[in-house]
Amino acid sequence: MIEQIRTSLFHLLLIAALAGLYFILPEYHSGVLARVMVLAVYAMGYNLLFGYTGLLSLGHALFFAAGMYGLGMAMQHLDLSSSLGILAGLITALIVSAVIGFLALRTSGVAFMIVTLMFAQAGYLTILWAGEYTRGDEGFVIQQSQRVLSGIDLSDAGNRYFAALVLFAICLFIIGWIVCSGFGKTLVAIRENEERARMLGYNVQRHKWLAVIASGVISGAAGAAYALLFGYVGATFATVQYSIFPLLYVLLGGAGTTIGPLIGTVFMFYLIDFSSELTNAYLLVAGVALILLTLFAPQGLAGELRKRVMPWLP
Amino acid sequence: MAAVTLLSTKGLTKQYAGLTAVSNVDFELPAGQIRALIGPNGAGKSTFVGMLSGRIESTSGTVRFDNRDITTLPAHRRIAAGMAYTFQITSIFSALSVHENVALAARRASSRAVNRRVTDALDRVNMTDRQKHIASDLSYGHQRLLEIAMGLVQQPKLFILDEPTQGLSTSEIESFIQLIKSLAGDTTILLIEHNMDVVMAAADYITVLNFGEVLAEGTVEEIRNNQEVQRAYLGTSHA
Ligand SMILES: Nc1ncnc2c1ncn2[C@@H]1O[C@H](COP(=O)(O)OP(=O)(O)O)[C@@H](O)[C@H]1O
Ligand SMILES: [Mg+2]
Repeated sequence: MIEQIRTSLFHLLLIAALAGLYFILPEYHSGVLARVMVLAVYAMGYNLLFGYTGLLSLGHALFFAAGMYGLGMAMQHLDLSSSLGILAGLITALIVSAVIGFLALRTSGVAFMIVTLMFAQAGYLTILWAGEYTRGDEGFVIQQSQRVLSGIDLSDAGNRYFAALVLFAICLFIIGWIVCSGFGKTLVAIRENEERARMLGYNVQRHKWLAVIASGVISGAAGAAYALLFGYVGATFATVQYSIFPLLYVLLGGAGTTIGPLIGTVFMFYLIDFSSELTNAYLLVAGVALILLTLFAPQGLAGELRKRVMPWLP
Repeated sequence: MAAVTLLSTKGLTKQYAGLTAVSNVDFELPAGQIRALIGPNGAGKSTFVGMLSGRIESTSGTVRFDNRDITTLPAHRRIAAGMAYTFQITSIFSALSVHENVALAARRASSRAVNRRVTDALDRVNMTDRQKHIASDLSYGHQRLLEIAMGLVQQPKLFILDEPTQGLSTSEIESFIQLIKSLAGDTTILLIEHNMDVVMAAADYITVLNFGEVLAEGTVEEIRNNQEVQRAYLGTSHA
């Protein structure tokens, strides 16, 4: 109970700080932060499965894309409103993650990584194959006139920032709540010692499946929001690269912490931004920074924080 | 005393490629009894209790628990039906606190009054002052006791302990015997034990396994005087 309140308070402070930042930051940076918050939601979804349950997926782009295309196709071809589009994105992600989870969880460890990777690749190829509707690699734009949610124009930079913040806040509270719940603690138990968790009477398989679904739906929410806020749906978001991003964000920020995904996403974004200003070999700079970080902060930034100064960090 | 049978097996068998670890075991355990399961190393004791708890799949035979056939139930449902199990090789959540280890065991059964139940269970193994410690920082003996507390907190009908006193100090073994005795009546106990002093002090009844088969069953007195049992034990390095 105390834990729940402390976690909520901490998250509330973080959200207030993010809201305040909008008024302080120059436009360029608040634009970056809007994008970062949406991608951080993606990373938070990933973290639920990787950081808390201990399942390493290499196919999360499929869930991100499920949300993105679920919304995009519904709005493009069925002419649905933004809110129904979001619903369509969430439902698509729910169905896709339930099915993929059911199938992929017959494996574990490295096999699970490979199977999720294959499914995501199959999803990507499906998007290309159905090019007539998805416009394949090229993708399609969601018209500005359609990007209105309950009267608010989401193509406006300010509105976009606060829409991203609302999504981020909702997901942060959901994650915070899950993590403090018996369900979340069981996921951690499974991560720590699956056999022991089973022999305490927990249905490990079912918990993992629910974790995949929750993780997939949150990732899908990020995908749907990305399409709606930035007005573009494309197959790039279904590539392997987009499956690796959340893994990197989470590793850098701190797996198994609620704020790690945000920290990791901010860090990665500015690292690439900054190093590409310095040199063409910006990936090299980014790579070196990543290696240094894994050497000196193997638990990620928030993980080190928790270890050194804030043991209560959720 | 016509005690109710809590657990029974018929023809329970486990075959590993070429090797029969447990062979055709018929076993009956009355409710409330403290039963010791003894036998030389490799006799099939761990395999046998693994098949009771569902951790190990049986090759053939049936298991009944609490008046129903649980042969096809997965492990987690057997545990939920009222079994608790401690591993021969200590199995805890090393990175989590002592409190959280026990709470995880407590919460599955019921999320009510978890803290109080955790404290009670830790109190029974004299570990209340270590609630906040990380499990991996505990001594080996305390890790074993922690796992026992994780079993106790579930208030199981049947508590299966696989060599729980291995690695405990003499005084810890003494308290363990007291602990087991204090459970008598409420909890049925199936105890795999190498330490004969513990068996003598705690068990009501003994089953001896050898080469995967039941070699003998009887009271402490009967087993002690059994020629075959003596021979089986003398044949190995274990006493
Ligand atoms: N997973 C396994 N694969 C193959 N053989 C095994 C396996 N587990 C146990 N055994 C064998 O089964 C026999 C019984 O082992 P076990 O039940 O651990 O004996 P105990 O607990 O009485 O010492 C031993 O010969 C052991 O080598
Ligand atoms: Mg054994």
